[in-house]
Amino acid sequence: MNIIHIIGFILMIIGFWGLLTQKNMIKIVLALAIVETGLQLVMVTFGFIKGHTAPILDSSELVKGAAEMIVDPVPQALVLTAIVIGVAVNALMLTFVIRLYQKKKTLSITEYKDLKW
Amino acid sequence: MIKKLFAAVLLVFMAVMFYQLYSNITEKSELSGVARGYAERGASELGTQNIVTSIVVTYRGLDTLGEVSVLFIAATGVAVLLRRRKEDEEYAAPSKRQSSEILQTGTKLLTPIIVMFGVYIFINGHLSPGGGFQGGAVIASAVLLLFLSDVNYKINHGLFNIIESFSGAFYVLIGILGLLLFGANNFLDNRILPLGEFGMLLSAGAIPVIYSLVGLKVGTELASIIDNMKKD
Amino acid sequence: MELQHGIIILMGIAMILSAILAMVVKDLISSVIAVGVVSLFASIIYLLLQAPDVAMTEAAIGAGLSTLIFLYALHKTKDAEEEND
Repeated sequence: MNIIHIIGFILMIIGFWGLLTQKNMIKIVLALAIVETGLQLVMVTFGFIKGHTAPILDSSELVKGAAEMIVDPVPQALVLTAIVIGVAVNALMLTFVIRLYQKKKTLSITEYKDLKW
Repeated sequence: MIKKLFAAVLLVFMAVMFYQLYSNITEKSELSGVARGYAERGASELGTQNIVTSIVVTYRGLDTLGEVSVLFIAATGVAVLLRRRKEDEEYAAPSKRQSSEILQTGTKLLTPIIVMFGVYIFINGHLSPGGGFQGGAVIASAVLLLFLSDVNYKINHGLFNIIESFSGAFYVLIGILGLLLFGANNFLDNRILPLGEFGMLLSAGAIPVIYSLVGLKVGTELASIIDNMKKD
Repeated sequence: MELQHGIIILMGIAMILSAILAMVVKDLISSVIAVGVVSLFASIIYLLLQAPDVAMTEAAIGAGLSTLIFLYALHKTKDAEEEND
């Protein structure tokens, strides 16, 4: 399953590329969302074990031999929290974008020079 | 121009770094360390079928409490930053067209079913995939459907505030109850209720209760984020 | 097993292409939808990775709610594009 690591890393690189080159603020937030998705893919893939099944013990054999038969549940629990936090943080960033837009009526980040010297 | 060059150099560095990481990954063949412990003890100690739920709610319950706080702070931030001022109200009054008859009727039919499905997901969190966060998102999508079907729909802020603050408070209270009953390192212990029979709906001690509270809290918070983003 | 590998490679190509599309395309709405597509494919890959909990969360929150929040934000910052045209 190593191929998924590659997919995740490429997604992260695309996201960082967007983060560094885009001018539109909404696109910058979208680029961060892509980085998040790539990182979460990589993390879940770290817990994958070939031939093992999902960490839900719905039969008695699974309950007895759980440690030999399930994939790693810890990265899954971590990513579960990361996704929920991610959407809340994206909403907060978009709120900042909306407030900035209400001030200057533009979405281009190059127009915001107040801190530039 | 120089900025683009910097970006390209940075991306090349990043690619090299990722390649290093990737070439050092060794594929696992068995569980190790703490994961093995969770897998072996989860069923007998907590009575949950879903090991991910047992980690999220009990073993790492404190982390989940922190996550819910982050969500709460983000929702509060959105509400504070987008609060409506007096002069904006006159400016923002576009012509509001009613949505179509099909959408309105469909929403009336579907909203109770969607809410019921969300509640089903978080009550069964210890048995099947899903739990408080997923169920909360489903409930928030029901609220979203209400917004889409009726342009003038307003959520009952008083009710939402009561649900949100009470579920948060009860969540912390259940955690403290574990401290009181079982001693110092048992915050959010699920044994404050009987474990019951493995695999039944009312089993796994306090886990269904905790996950229902988390689900209500997440659902109301996501709904209030949507409500604040929607106001124009 | 081989079939699954092929499916994963196809979905990976689709994800990478839509991620690039999201960054390149000028229209913001298409960009938001492309990011939603990336999330949706990611949730299918989670299912193949034996992580049904994460797959559910990604489908409900990553692909559903977050796309809608982006669309609401676009709606609120809309008259910028009209002025620039």
